Amino acid sequence: MATSTPTRDAYAPPPRGSQRKPAPRRQNWRSRLWRFDDKASPYAYIAPFFLVFGAFGLYPLIYTGWIALHRVEMTGMNQMEWVGWENFDKILHDSEFWTAVSNTFVIGVMSTVPQLLVALGLAHLLNYKLRASTFWRTVILTPYATSVASAALVFALVFRADGGLLNWALHFIGLGDTNWANGHWTSKIAISVIVIWRWTGYNTLIYLAAMQAVPSDLYEAASLDGASRWQQFRKVTIPSLRPTILFTIVISTIGSMQLFGEPLLLEGGTLGATGGNENQYETLSVYLYNYGWNLGHLGPAAAVAWAMLALLLLIAAVNWLIGRYVRKSAV
Amino acid sequence: MRITRTVAGRSRRVAVLATTGLTASALLLTGCSSDDSDSNESSDANGKITLTVADFGQFGYKEAGLFEKYHELHPNITVKEDTTADEKVYYPKLLQQLNSGSGLADVQGLEVGRIKELVDTKADQFADLSKVIDVNEFVSWKEKQATTPDGKVIGAGTDIGPMSLCYNTELFKKAGLPTDRKEVAAKISGGWEDYLKLGEEYKKKAPKGTYFMDSASAMFNAVVSSNAKQYYDESGKPIYKDSPSVQQGWNLAAEAADKKLTQGLAQFSDPWKAALRKSTMATVVCPAWMAGQISVNAGDANKGKWDITTAPGATAANWGGSFLGVPKSGKHVEEATKLVKWLTAPEQQAAVFKAIGSFPSNKGAYDLPDVKNATLPYFNDAPIGQIYADEAKSIPEAILGPKDAAIKDTISTQINNMEQRGTAPDDAWEAATKAIDKVIG
Repeated sequence: MATSTPTRDAYAPPPRGSQRKPAPRRQNWRSRLWRFDDKASPYAYIAPFFLVFGAFGLYPLIYTGWIALHRVEMTGMNQMEWVGWENFDKILHDSEFWTAVSNTFVIGVMSTVPQLLVALGLAHLLNYKLRASTFWRTVILTPYATSVASAALVFALVFRADGGLLNWALHFIGLGDTNWANGHWTSKIAISVIVIWRWTGYNTLIYLAAMQAVPSDLYEAASLDGASRWQQFRKVTIPSLRPTILFTIVISTIGSMQLFGEPLLLEGGTLGATGGNENQYETLSVYLYNYGWNLGHLGPAAAVAWAMLALLLLIAAVNWLIGRYVRKSAV
Repeated sequence: MRITRTVAGRSRRVAVLATTGLTASALLLTGCSSDDSDSNESSDANGKITLTVADFGQFGYKEAGLFEKYHELHPNITVKEDTTADEKVYYPKLLQQLNSGSGLADVQGLEVGRIKELVDTKADQFADLSKVIDVNEFVSWKEKQATTPDGKVIGAGTDIGPMSLCYNTELFKKAGLPTDRKEVAAKISGGWEDYLKLGEEYKKKAPKGTYFMDSASAMFNAVVSSNAKQYYDESGKPIYKDSPSVQQGWNLAAEAADKKLTQGLAQFSDPWKAALRKSTMATVVCPAWMAGQISVNAGDANKGKWDITTAPGATAANWGGSFLGVPKSGKHVEEATKLVKWLTAPEQQAAVFKAIGSFPSNKGAYDLPDVKNATLPYFNDAPIGQIYADEAKSIPEAILGPKDAAIKDTISTQINNMEQRGTAPDDAWEAATKAIDKVIG
């Protein structure tokens, strides 16, 4: 014991009071700086995001709102004339706007639902013991890695009415000669196919990651109880994946709300910018683009942007309510 | 235990690495579009400068080798061309650049359907060319289109589009119609109603799977363009709803669609090009530059089968034609105006005509042998120089409006709906007016 006492003294931190008293003023300043550093640094670390967000996210958002209340033309952007709610009034009374809303919604459902179901199935398959599983997982993400433009252009060739790949293939079974882009439903199917092709792999990997986090003893217990694979999938996998599924639904909804490149490039040119000759596949983003950049009326275009934000918030609220219901019923 | 955790340990780490790597490359692929900001210096110590020309479609300067020639004449000047294929993509970009005052080329191409809007709203950003070029050298109406009320000229005229009629002699022969230029011209001399009558005649004995015309919107455009009053009146008020020329054109288009005289193909689309290759259209309304389009798309197999005659009626029409403007913000405004003057001079316009068939707007070019004696072997040696020069004389001075191009496109879409989908003319007109009201704003 006698030996340990001095050692302990040497290692133990000196009592706080005893050190503070003899400390000079400089020390005091330093510790204050340290405390300031301790409190302020985290803000400094996260500041870049908020600065960038403010400059490229918040400011444009607010400025768009400001423009939406003015009459601004592409040809004279420095001349703004206050018109109040007129732009909103204009688009809300434009039947094309409502066509775009319903198109966006229909294409959104048509692309999201099959996409997520297929992704879930694929993730389930990839979760099995596979040879070269890394390869398959990598391959499944490749469509996501292609740009919208190239994907849409390739699919435009596939869906072309005259000499398109799909019509050529359909020709052999006695079908064909479908003018895909021209029809109200066929054009939406064509666009949904592009979206599904691009995003299924992305969602698959998200599901796969979530599936791997499911404790294996659940499956072991289930299979000991004699549950088939399908039962395991339904009773173990799906319930464990609920939050993930909700997440992918939210992401996909936002994505389909902003659907732009695919419809614009399906036919290209003037027809692409108006979503077909009867606006049959015009989405809200295309409507916005056409109003602002083709027609040069920035006021109504900005109003469309805000209407889209409002719709998204509405959808988010519905999602939240559903999510709450799901969580409650799961318990 | 057949199911559950599949990849373990090392291989999972590989999987994670692979996927993150792939995601990262995906982000790179999608996120980073080309960012090749032009860092080339426009002038160096030796006084050598590079002039940039931004244009759209086909101005023909490259084809005629004019930029190299200019470099030979002025060794210290190199000209670089930046061409956007689609004018509908080019124009919004130009407006954005004018708004921000950056990214503009030293010389910018300006389309005739946009010139009024530019004169109205952006004239102060272009150099005044009135002292550099002689406006009287051009066809009477050309430079007026690019002139502001106080006499500033923002663009020097390049080509014009005097309209004639291209027809497929082989199909005409099969349908029992005359094939001689003069005889065809005589049959349609009464105007566009005669043209439709000829179409009905054609249809009676037409080879299977062929149509009299490619698209009714082209005819509509021709009818409207052969009138001074089109979509706007002199005071700048949109009058398209009551404009006699628009009504006449619309009714004729509706009639053509109703009688199924048209194949209903949007011009310059892929199916339209394919139809030219397969020779399924007997006539195409033919502004000067259209001859080039036909010969390129119909291909060598159809060489000599086509011919050109004057358009229906007595008054000619003008379709298309552009200007070259010099933005004030450029670093070499003076050199750029000199380049523009040179490019729009008779010799150079004649060279472009020879290369790609864009018809000169500079009257001085009409007497040059390259234009005067020009014939087109592809079109049965049609004397195009003569045909177009004659047409050019009777083109009325059109009253332009700021949204001419957009209105024309909107109406074309609806005419296409009548042809292809059988939309009733009244419904199509209602849809057109609704869309145009939005265009005018």
